[in-house]
Amino acid sequence: MKDTDTAPAGARTPRLAGRGALIGALVLFAIFAVLPFAAHAAGDPFFIVTATRIIVFAIAALSLDLILGYGAIVSFGHAAFMGIGAYSVAILATHGIGDVLVQALVAVLASALFALVTGAISLRTKGVYFIMITLAFGQMAYFFMVSLSAYGGDDGLTLYDRSTLFGAPLLDGDIGLYYAALAVLVGAFFLLRAVVASRFGRVLRGTRDNRVRMQAIGFSPYPYQLTAYVLAGAIAGLAGVLLANQTEFVSPAYMTWQRSGELIVMVVLGGMGTLTGAIAGAVGFLMLEEILSSLWVHWHIVFGALLVLIVLYTRGGLAGLAGRVFGGRRR
Amino acid sequence: MTNLLLLQVLNGVQFGILLFLVAAGLTLIFGIMDLINLAHGVLYMVGAYLTATFTALTGDFFLGLALALPAALVFGIVLERLVFRQLYDRDHLEQVLATFGLILVLNEGVLMIWGAAPISVPIPEILSGSIPLVGPLRYPVFRIVIIAAGLLTALGLWFLVSRTRVGMLLRAGASNAPMVSALGVDVKRLFMLVFGLGAMLAGFAGAMVAPILSVEPGMGNNVLILTFVVIVIGGIGSIRGAFVAALLVGLVDTVGRTFGPILLQKVLDPSAASQTGRTLAPMLIYIMMAIVLFARPSGLFPKKGGA
Amino acid sequence: MSGLLSVRNLCKSFGALKVTDGIDFDVAPGEIHAIIGPNGAGKTTLIHQLSGALKSDSGTVRFAGEDITRLSMAARVKKGLARSFQITSILEGFTVLENAATAVQARSGSSFRFFTPAASESVLNEAAMAALARVGLAEAAHRRAGDLSHGEKRQLEIALALATDAKLLLLDEPLAGTGHEEGAVLIALMADLKATHTLVLIEHDMDAVFALADTVSALVYGRLIASGTPDAVRADPEVRAAYLGEEG
Repeated sequence: MKDTDTAPAGARTPRLAGRGALIGALVLFAIFAVLPFAAHAAGDPFFIVTATRIIVFAIAALSLDLILGYGAIVSFGHAAFMGIGAYSVAILATHGIGDVLVQALVAVLASALFALVTGAISLRTKGVYFIMITLAFGQMAYFFMVSLSAYGGDDGLTLYDRSTLFGAPLLDGDIGLYYAALAVLVGAFFLLRAVVASRFGRVLRGTRDNRVRMQAIGFSPYPYQLTAYVLAGAIAGLAGVLLANQTEFVSPAYMTWQRSGELIVMVVLGGMGTLTGAIAGAVGFLMLEEILSSLWVHWHIVFGALLVLIVLYTRGGLAGLAGRVFGGRRR
Repeated sequence: MTNLLLLQVLNGVQFGILLFLVAAGLTLIFGIMDLINLAHGVLYMVGAYLTATFTALTGDFFLGLALALPAALVFGIVLERLVFRQLYDRDHLEQVLATFGLILVLNEGVLMIWGAAPISVPIPEILSGSIPLVGPLRYPVFRIVIIAAGLLTALGLWFLVSRTRVGMLLRAGASNAPMVSALGVDVKRLFMLVFGLGAMLAGFAGAMVAPILSVEPGMGNNVLILTFVVIVIGGIGSIRGAFVAALLVGLVDTVGRTFGPILLQKVLDPSAASQTGRTLAPMLIYIMMAIVLFARPSGLFPKKGGA
Repeated sequence: MSGLLSVRNLCKSFGALKVTDGIDFDVAPGEIHAIIGPNGAGKTTLIHQLSGALKSDSGTVRFAGEDITRLSMAARVKKGLARSFQITSILEGFTVLENAATAVQARSGSSFRFFTPAASESVLNEAAMAALARVGLAEAAHRRAGDLSHGEKRQLEIALALATDAKLLLLDEPLAGTGHEEGAVLIALMADLKATHTLVLIEHDMDAVFALADTVSALVYGRLIASGTPDAVRADPEVRAAYLGEEG
């Protein structure tokens, strides 16, 4: 019998483990750092907007990789945390609170609290139950926002001003917001990199590999998995703060389960349990979306078919495919 | 007030019956094949579209339905052979990804073929109108037909599962799939049958709502999540659990949306009550799911034998 | 009630099938207590009940004078009762050292530490190395556990139980699947462990059992039919009929 608690095939052997992953991430960060200059030189300054969006989703994908890649916790409600973060910004802004530090604090606390309550219930279950329950809780958050007519309901809520820092409109320019997002991404990457290598991360990884063995040496996995779930939710909430500022608009559409599915796709295709893979996956996914959608309105067909084919005919995502083609590590 | 309650209870039962039709096949697929299928809601949508098309072609709802059901069955079997068959021995994450991709393809495909505009299917003449219930209260015939058809289907399923050889295999498979293959049963055919049956039931639900809801792309998405809630509450693999949970979810959702605000008026002022009520009502079933899971992590009717 | 481990009237049923039925025995400190029995006798179920992997239907398990019947597997490990698995269960993706260090970590301070790299904690690594040296895996410390030979994996199983700092080791068929040479290494290891640990051993290999054990209990269809010195159990007519006779 299979069990989601045992690691998915792709997660067992990190393909870009250790130094390679770090170098890969540093290269990506360097590219991100010079991107505004390159875009300006290439006469496409609006590319910054797309790039900001990519970075925001990379942060969310990173946080998902903590539980999916390192914990083998297949959570299908991750977009809800982003949505809660985004709504924290918009709701506070309508009440005249525009300071980004206050907004971020509220966003992190709100998404962490939602993760704590829903995680406490769903982590008591396993396998398909867990997937369905996280999906259902995500949908609950979605419907809550849809029916919350005081804050726009189905129509969403427009943000008239971006967040400020001690009254200074630092994020008003696209460049300012871009580098703020990049700073959060780099910070989240190094934070999570430390976490997965720590004692805590070791328990999380051990539970992914073999839950029963961890119990047989004296660990109760539940509190560790729940902590990881809350941490991942909080970071995704932070990504939501940036998303609200980038789009200057929030709506329940940010929290749909399709969005959660897209985050999973990013993490898996980029390569689970490497952190760098999550960032690469977000870049790849959103670039592909950008390109395909400009070519054909019905690009979802192509994308969906690609996804089905990749799962059926490759194992372990694009990174796994690349690993085999270029002679990666033995499994 | 009592009349309104009666009306809402009937609506809730009718909604629950539809959820049961979608959930019945899916819970077997989960239970027997240990396959998480996100694309099951799409089959409901396909059933509705097929019915709409065949009804328009033949000019008759019943003929349309009669053509749509086998078409849904065939569609399910084709999907099983092309995609799902290869997913049974994969881990849940891969199943999630592949069926998620399938949703994208099928939703977009429906959009391409039928367009984004909702299609309406007229209620057949003979089932239009309404019948008196009590006093001045009347209820649409078609909705009663949905309830009756759903109950008949449930009865048929009960007979299939508890009184036939195939049903015995299904029950054995839901609690212990390796045992069934050890018995020398052609598991491939059994799986295909379950899949086709599940597709047809979901398609039937889609067909029955076609005349009362608008048929539109993405209509299967919300139903899918509600179906998950039903299966989680009922317990994976349990038809009986799916039936009880589906009615529970249908009733709580429908009655809660109407009576939640009314009940809240007893403790809040009217405008706050209606605001809070409207916000909380859609969450009721999820809260119910959370409570059930907290008390019984494997649902109301858990599989026997397994830990 | 006496002994380090006392089991009284322990029962477990799956449906109508009584897998363990009124089991009573005591394990004295420092002894090797072997439990033998034909396939399907309920040996692994018994180990699951003793280790906390399965809840017992009735009966009590006392360890060092304390009732542990309702404790989880993790809580029993903290009390000093660790187990190995019949089917090798290790952290395949971790190195051998990290496997043992993880077991040390479970008993050494809080694991809610998020920033220091666990791999560089010498407290954990030193204790882990000691456990590995004890089973003869010190040389293999930096290999990936999944790449070990079967015999080495069986040694690692025991090292993990040792690394938890357990007083009593429940070993579920430690020789399972091993060849003659690999088996000899493990038998020597168990003989050595006897100096420091109490062992409850489930084993099919009769030569190993009679060479190692101080006490042997025979389990047949969920009931203990005999318990005593190896010679006494070997001579017991009921045991001969039910079990040894089959082996010829």
